[in-house]
Amino acid sequence: MKSHLFLLLRVAALSLSWAPAAQGQGELSGQAAVEWRIFPRQAQSPEQQRSYLSVAVQPEYRYKWENGKQSFTFAPFARLDQHDSERTHFDIRELTWLKAGEGWELRLGIRKVFWGVTESQHLVDIINQSDLVENLDGEDKLGQPMVNLALIRRWGTLDLFVLPGFRERKFPGHKGRLRTALPMDNNQAVYESRRGRGHMDWAARWSRTFGEWDVGLSHFYGTSREPRLLPDVGGKALIPHYDLIHQTGLDAQWTKGKWLWKLEAIRRFGQGASFTAVTGGFEYTLSNFGGSRADVGLIAEYLYDQRGNKATTPFQDDFMAGMRLALNDAQSSEALFGVIVDRRTGASFLNLEASRRLGSRWKFSLESRGFAGARQSDPLFGLRRDSYLQLEIAVYF
Amino acid sequence: MKKTLLLLTLCLWPLSASAQSPEEKGLAIAVEADRRDAGFKDNLADMVMILKNKHGEESTRLLRVAILEVNGDGDKSLSVFDEPRDVNGTALLSFSHKSGTDDQWLYLPALKRVKRIASADKSGAFMGSEFAYEDISSQEVEKYTYKYLRDEIHDGHNSFVIERYPVDKYSGYKRQVVWIDKAEYRTLKIDYYDRKDSLLKTFTARGYREYLSSHWRPAEMMMVNHQTGKSTLLKWSNYRFRTGLKETDFTQESLKRAQ
Repeated sequence: MKSHLFLLLRVAALSLSWAPAAQGQGELSGQAAVEWRIFPRQAQSPEQQRSYLSVAVQPEYRYKWENGKQSFTFAPFARLDQHDSERTHFDIRELTWLKAGEGWELRLGIRKVFWGVTESQHLVDIINQSDLVENLDGEDKLGQPMVNLALIRRWGTLDLFVLPGFRERKFPGHKGRLRTALPMDNNQAVYESRRGRGHMDWAARWSRTFGEWDVGLSHFYGTSREPRLLPDVGGKALIPHYDLIHQTGLDAQWTKGKWLWKLEAIRRFGQGASFTAVTGGFEYTLSNFGGSRADVGLIAEYLYDQRGNKATTPFQDDFMAGMRLALNDAQSSEALFGVIVDRRTGASFLNLEASRRLGSRWKFSLESRGFAGARQSDPLFGLRRDSYLQLEIAVYF
Repeated sequence: MKKTLLLLTLCLWPLSASAQSPEEKGLAIAVEADRRDAGFKDNLADMVMILKNKHGEESTRLLRVAILEVNGDGDKSLSVFDEPRDVNGTALLSFSHKSGTDDQWLYLPALKRVKRIASADKSGAFMGSEFAYEDISSQEVEKYTYKYLRDEIHDGHNSFVIERYPVDKYSGYKRQVVWIDKAEYRTLKIDYYDRKDSLLKTFTARGYREYLSSHWRPAEMMMVNHQTGKSTLLKWSNYRFRTGLKETDFTQESLKRAQ
């Protein structure tokens, strides 16, 4: 009975969001999670541990009015880590005012923007700085201050960005795992721009759907989100160097039958010699696999970086193969497995992510990443002892 | 006068049973059902989705659905999940087409990522329910070929029983048997037969109400899977029509702010 009443109340509350009346509607949502990372192998440094417990919380408050045409969103994030003081961090993921008009949308404040289509890495995605202490995959981002005007027209959508205030990349601390052999010294960070973190960056992206094709063309000018890491004079630490770059990006997806064909390409100027990097491949989905209701997706991608061995990324000539499994059950059980293998050296990066809902508010997730066969010149070499297993239980509200 | 009579006869001709093949009559019924619901322009509603497994265990989802009628093509729709809470804000934008595959984009709020998905896979389960994507997408006349079977009293309603065959090769069904009431052309029941022609699922709709004096919408839709014993109940509420939604409310941009 109580649950029915709750349902009714929720439906009533939600219906307000589409109501034509002028009254606003606020909603608090979010999640809190406990995470346990286990590293089977002893680290290079005695300061580093083999087991890390941490808790994270990300509430989100949203207030909508004018029939949802205007909204305000606030989403802070905090993590407390047992050992790594750098992983213990706070960030404002979102603090945005949105106004949607006829054929345009204006967003003011701090938020996250995603561009791109591929699965193995996100080349084109450049607006936000990666929150690398959160996760190695670069899908967690720091909130970026911006003014974003989107023009939605017959000829496509044009997104214009002004990006004041640069966010430095976050790296694990000296007690943390998944870090470089030499500790990072963010205090000595070097900027090409004389204004340092105060450089005003800008970006634009045009995107359009042509039938089965989704295409995006973008350009960014400003401080590179990805630094070059150079040792300091004493050779005791690594210092991030943030160059001013121009980067042009192309992302395209062809959705044909059960196939998704994906391509991302960038050309970056200003970080050493200009270079091209490309990621492309496909995802093929089999529904109702083997008579069950499960979906199985097969993913294959090729990752190329023109800089070769001088690339700041380990993926300059690599193949990725992956499999996505969605059981389509009431608990939304799903798993994604992938491996990226260097075509020359055979160095490989293994990935497993799986999750399952428990009841209606809880979710259990498992994540494992493994590193094998990296040579000393490979950026993955520093992580060779850092293969890990992560268990997380999260509650959503 | 004679001319008017002739016109009238011509107009009514598709509905008269005589001199029509079962295929023609089946198509005429589908066309008439479509014609009667045309002109709703747009439509908002809230949905509670209750999944039940064969042991009777339930889990619930809450969605908001917006539909835009598109002249000359299939409808556009935007569905937003409010519960379960871990998928809060996940939204699906769907452009259905009279022929060919539909276009679908999924918004994942945690990544802020809009993903075009392979909608050819229309036989896949919609969010773990017994409804496949093709069951919930806009039912355009052109998506099937038809055959009239018989008249039957169903649940007290004088009804047509027609059979329809999906045109799309990716459909999960060989055929569907549909009960449509003669008075208002409402879909009362559908039997779904899988590719091996065995009875897979039965859909029933209840609690129809008329909106804007011509558009009938049910309060409940039930889908029972005979092969697994699972079922999904959709409870609809808060139907609103002609709310002034536009094409710009059904874009990848609007998908990102649907939460």
